[in-house]
Amino acid sequence: MNIKIAGGRVIDPSQSLDKICDLYISNGVIAALGDAPAGFVPDSILDATGQVVCPGLIDLCAHLREPGATHKGSIAQESQAAAAGGITTLVAMPTTSPIVDTPAVAQLIQDKARAAGKTRVLPIGALTQGLAGEQLSPMHALASSGCIAFTNSRRPIRSSLVLMRCLEYAATHDLLVLFQAQDAELATGCMHDDTTSTRLGLAGIPEAAETVEVARCLMLVEQTGARAHFGQISCERSARMIMEARERGLKVSADIAVHHLLLSDSNVNGFDSNFHVIPPLRSQLDRAGLRQALLADGIQAICSDHQPHDPIAKQAPFAATEPGIAGLETLLSLSLMLVEQDLLELPQLIAKLTWEPAQVLGIEAGTLATGARADICVFDPAARWTPSAANTRSGGANSPFMGMELRGQVTHTLLGGTSVFQR
Amino acid sequence: MFEHNDPNRIQLNSNGQLRHFLTTEGLSRELLTEILDTADSFVDMGAKQIKKVPLLRGRTVVNLFFEASTRTLSTFELAAKRLSADVLNLNISTSSTSKGETLKDTLMTLEAMHSDMFVVRHADSGAAHFIASQVTPHVAVINAGDGRHAHPTQAMLDMLTIRRHKGSFEPLTFAIVGDILHSRVARSQIHALRTLGASEIRVIAPKTLLPRHIEAMGVKVFTDMRQGLKDVDVIMMLRLQKERMTSALLPSESEFYKLYGMTTEKLAYARPDAVVMHPGPINRGVEIESAIADGPRSLILDQVTNGIAVRMAVMSMAMSGQMVEKQLQQSAPAAN
Repeated sequence: MNIKIAGGRVIDPSQSLDKICDLYISNGVIAALGDAPAGFVPDSILDATGQVVCPGLIDLCAHLREPGATHKGSIAQESQAAAAGGITTLVAMPTTSPIVDTPAVAQLIQDKARAAGKTRVLPIGALTQGLAGEQLSPMHALASSGCIAFTNSRRPIRSSLVLMRCLEYAATHDLLVLFQAQDAELATGCMHDDTTSTRLGLAGIPEAAETVEVARCLMLVEQTGARAHFGQISCERSARMIMEARERGLKVSADIAVHHLLLSDSNVNGFDSNFHVIPPLRSQLDRAGLRQALLADGIQAICSDHQPHDPIAKQAPFAATEPGIAGLETLLSLSLMLVEQDLLELPQLIAKLTWEPAQVLGIEAGTLATGARADICVFDPAARWTPSAANTRSGGANSPFMGMELRGQVTHTLLGGTSVFQR
Repeated sequence: MFEHNDPNRIQLNSNGQLRHFLTTEGLSRELLTEILDTADSFVDMGAKQIKKVPLLRGRTVVNLFFEASTRTLSTFELAAKRLSADVLNLNISTSSTSKGETLKDTLMTLEAMHSDMFVVRHADSGAAHFIASQVTPHVAVINAGDGRHAHPTQAMLDMLTIRRHKGSFEPLTFAIVGDILHSRVARSQIHALRTLGASEIRVIAPKTLLPRHIEAMGVKVFTDMRQGLKDVDVIMMLRLQKERMTSALLPSESEFYKLYGMTTEKLAYARPDAVVMHPGPINRGVEIESAIADGPRSLILDQVTNGIAVRMAVMSMAMSGQMVEKQLQQSAPAAN
């Protein structure tokens, strides 16, 4: 099967490429850019005039809800949403039921994702058994079953000794550890601890809930030499600590959820539960600091932190609702706001959504280099659209961006050269 | 980007009249004064032989209490009955929610009974806003205390008590003492006092009981009781839940009383004509000395009496605001 993607603006940060040219796909891999390979006869031509052609997006954090909470979303459903969002690789969190702490569950997730065939799903394994923070999970077996990294999610590992053992064991096998850094005792509130929480009387979560844990994790990473990634950081101080650690030579990286780059705690003002997220939307100073860290290349990726919910989960007083935003389909459009706001150039942004997250995971993806798998996203940067409960493909329509006109929309997604989404 | 996030948009009708009463924040001085004036007209009614007016005759008021409260529930019930409403008291914490029913389910069930007003007390901040956003347009919601957020009728009965004793708010310095962190009363008092023109508002508490950046609400912060009470006109004590004593917020009752309890010795730092208030129920010997609670400078029982009048005022105003809104909607031309 030969496909020609014609006339698009091809942006591939892995090759520092940004030019209008044709792209040729043959048998699921990138055959050439620019001039057609010898003897290439296209079976189909995708006219990408006026559109951007880039590697398929890699989302470092999504909760697919299956197994266990299929009333919120399923692997098949969320895969469709991912494809519609131009995402070709998804990292799935282990907080399912049962938890991903046995090879069987890791295998089940991958089997279901393969059956759905819309996006590649890389499961993350539990760092400790049952995420209980006490016993090491069978990391080696889980890695052999396809787990790309290991995390305890936001469940506490209270014992620093246990955490150090986890990191030592991961380092033994060169496995990546993902931290969603949060001190459980300090994080008992429901929004950022500041003037808005004080006024609304909502229990606050101080920055220290994150920074104290980031500091502890960094010290133990330094001690053990483990490879670590900090997911969805929300505080400017966390970003600075991680950047300083990188400068000291630690093998650490970080990502930010796109809503933390766009929103702040002042958005919670109306008790709208769609703004209830963990980590909470922080101060405007934090948001500015995170944006600066992204610009300074201290942060490697932007993710969706996709957490679909059924409607009832958000229909309660703010603190009683379940936290999280469903964001697979809006990841690209929301990220494009950072370009519109002159924070990043478009190729810089694409790098944070493709090549750099691939480097974090150490996978062969996020590139349009000749010979690479043809995971491709084509989007119209000028298209305007309005996400709504009616047009979302995810199991969850829980997003503060529902009903808001966004700019930039995915038109085609190819997974290994096969079209998995077309608008 | 999200202009709709105005917590007050929901509590006024398109004429600017009250249709729910959820918070004192953001309400105009004119509206707060109207509440006080209306309440003033109800205060003396309690002394008459016939203690009823027909303002809510034929209406059904549901006191929807998700959190136990004898005092507030009683005064709302009495206020509704004095307005001639039919009253249903529901203690939800021990019934439907414990069987797994959601708050929304409970509301839908009660609406199906054709209620006209919900008086809501709930442990979660924003619960009254949530309920007001879910009910059908003809139902009024009165917040009887939600989490740490607001207790607007308590604040307004305090304002009425102050106005009846001091005449006005402008020249006065106020001190709010105790557990500011968890207090919905303090937040509502601060908003009301600022709007009504208080000269200065102080909060006095140890740092463990002070919310972050409370000064952004327009108050001065004191951690020393004696400094904080210097020359104040009105002292508003807060209730301290005894369970807070054991949750690493305070070392002991006796230490709290020593540092922040209202005693004759500490009261001497305030102005000679300073008055002392407390939303009740009081913890004698923890928050306040009995001699002060029962003394001539205490307005605690006046607060209780005024509470019924204020609740009658906001219930009648909100019901009237709902009626006007309904008429406006019915007379508006249909949207194309």
